[in-house]
Amino acid sequence: MKEMQKDTTDIRKYGQFGGQYIPETLVNEINAVSKAYDRYKNDPEFLAEFHDLLNNYANRPSLLYYAEKMSKDLGGAKIYLKREDLNHTGAHKINNVIGQALIAKRMGKTRLIAETGAGQHGVATATIAALFGMECEIFMGKKDTERQKLNVYRMQLLGAKVHAVTNGSMVLKDAVNATMQEWASRVDDTFYILGSAVGPYPFPEMVHDFQSVISKESKQQILEAEGKLPDMVVACVGGGSNAIGSFADYIDDEGVQLIGCEAAGKGVDTDQTAATIERGSVGIFHGMKSLFLQNDDGQIDKVYSISAGLDYPGVGPEHARLAELKRAQYVGITDDEAVNAFEYIAKTEGIIAAIESCHALAYVQKIAPKMSKDQIIVCTVSGRGDKDVSSIAKYRGVDIDD
Amino acid sequence: MTNLTEVFQNNKAFIPFVVADDPDFDTTVESILTLSKNGADIVELGIPFSDPVADGPVIQAADLRAFSAGVNTETIFEIVEKVRESSSIPLVFLTYANIPFKYDYDKFCRRCQELDISGLVIPDLPLEEQAEIKPYADEYDIALIPLIAPTSADRIEKIAQNATGFIYVVSSLGVTGIRDEIAIQNLSETIERIRQVTDLPAAIGFGIHSPEQARKLSEIADGIIIGSAVVKIISEGGTDVQNQLAQYSQSIRENLFE
Repeated sequence: MKEMQKDTTDIRKYGQFGGQYIPETLVNEINAVSKAYDRYKNDPEFLAEFHDLLNNYANRPSLLYYAEKMSKDLGGAKIYLKREDLNHTGAHKINNVIGQALIAKRMGKTRLIAETGAGQHGVATATIAALFGMECEIFMGKKDTERQKLNVYRMQLLGAKVHAVTNGSMVLKDAVNATMQEWASRVDDTFYILGSAVGPYPFPEMVHDFQSVISKESKQQILEAEGKLPDMVVACVGGGSNAIGSFADYIDDEGVQLIGCEAAGKGVDTDQTAATIERGSVGIFHGMKSLFLQNDDGQIDKVYSISAGLDYPGVGPEHARLAELKRAQYVGITDDEAVNAFEYIAKTEGIIAAIESCHALAYVQKIAPKMSKDQIIVCTVSGRGDKDVSSIAKYRGVDIDD
Repeated sequence: MTNLTEVFQNNKAFIPFVVADDPDFDTTVESILTLSKNGADIVELGIPFSDPVADGPVIQAADLRAFSAGVNTETIFEIVEKVRESSSIPLVFLTYANIPFKYDYDKFCRRCQELDISGLVIPDLPLEEQAEIKPYADEYDIALIPLIAPTSADRIEKIAQNATGFIYVVSSLGVTGIRDEIAIQNLSETIERIRQVTDLPAAIGFGIHSPEQARKLSEIADGIIIGSAVVKIISEGGTDVQNQLAQYSQSIRENLFE
């Protein structure tokens, strides 16, 4: 499978997807990142430092929690939750940030920049910048700074400068544009920590590798708990970082169904959606060839989801390839379904999960009852939902702001 | 088909840039004709993109005006058709890769040839990714004009050797837009290195706005490209736009190094 996924003649590509569609100004810098990553990815000293920080700073391994009440309530498959929400900073994002920041440090960089949607990647980057004593600037769509105010203040507390991006639709896509522009204007001391499994090579590969700790752990944990592999792994997909990490170690286990849950917004068939794999077509954007929501002319669509973290018109090239090969299936979950799951998992399991993760949980709610009791689902809770409480209240018409 | 390289033979080339359909169809056609009558040697026509990552605020705003006017890829070809009714000014497109990719590289390049579009500048298609369009560009004799940036370093020779038409030398880091300071020393060295490996002309762009800058840079380069400053005149609008464009264009032309 790995051979099928990766183009055998061009390591930068996943079949027709991936590549390096970037301005000339950034080519040498990105080549330098590739070279550094190649050098360190199997370096024992680098890996030791990476795992030490994951375990002793970020609180890994994360729990694989048997959601017994939820499993019984839904009456079908046994449901295990991979609790990335219990990581330091409250999401899976920290895994990748530690890895990329260690590369940046080894390249002699002193300044980290990053885009953020829901704010979790920005918070993780600001956190590691504080720990490493590096400068940090975060780019966030203005609309997202408004719906994720708490995370903006968290980043500022950690010493980062947060730029509210007012271009375009003022969400995640525009934040990526602004961060790329910033990088192109200052490459010498700066490293762009890309938070999702998107962008030019080697970013999708680095994100895959650093996030694969999720599935390496969950595989070991499920084998210890159940003595067999799960029947299904479920994760939410925006750009696809927690999903690729959740899938990575199972891709070669063909008996394990892989399900990515996209944000359908108001519905996959409406224009208020972010369901890229179901509705998108092949294009070139943000440094990669992949699937995008776009019009017939190739202009990138404005997309919509209640979730700032999934509100993105593209998807990582490896997901596009997994979808093409039918190795993974991708399904749309609407705002309504995600909000219902947000409330359900809180009341059933006492877990306030991120609205992004609730897209995956909503699918589990639908599919588990249709499966038999000896089947197992592993669902990734990619982050915690404290940041979403006020917007969910608003969605339900409750005003909790002062 | 216009041979771009020949355009540079008689004098230093002035290459202004306008965004197609900014603020409307007729203004773009008129602006191209005005520039061509007032000293421009090549006009670079920008195809608006939803997410122009290599462009600064002035050109981003122009793209938005074009979208408000309802621009699509077909409109842009129609603008060129209209220009071609009365002018044979050499034209090149500046476009992000997704536009010709979605249109279909083959069809896009064929259409360019039909309309005597001489070349393409594609800021997000570096040398390593050009293979997917190159066979079509070659077949229809469309130059692929590469960018060489201040960070290109060891890539300069490789890019220059693979270029067709001319070479676009980026003056500064970052995005397009007006700058007061441009580091001439580094640019001279870059152009020197380009000349070691190719006879193709090298034009400098990004940041140039004043006749003085144009003069200085045309001493070292074969041409200069002015984008944001031209787009800014168009954005200020009013009935006097064509007059102002004519005057500006002449002021650049007159100051270019002979």
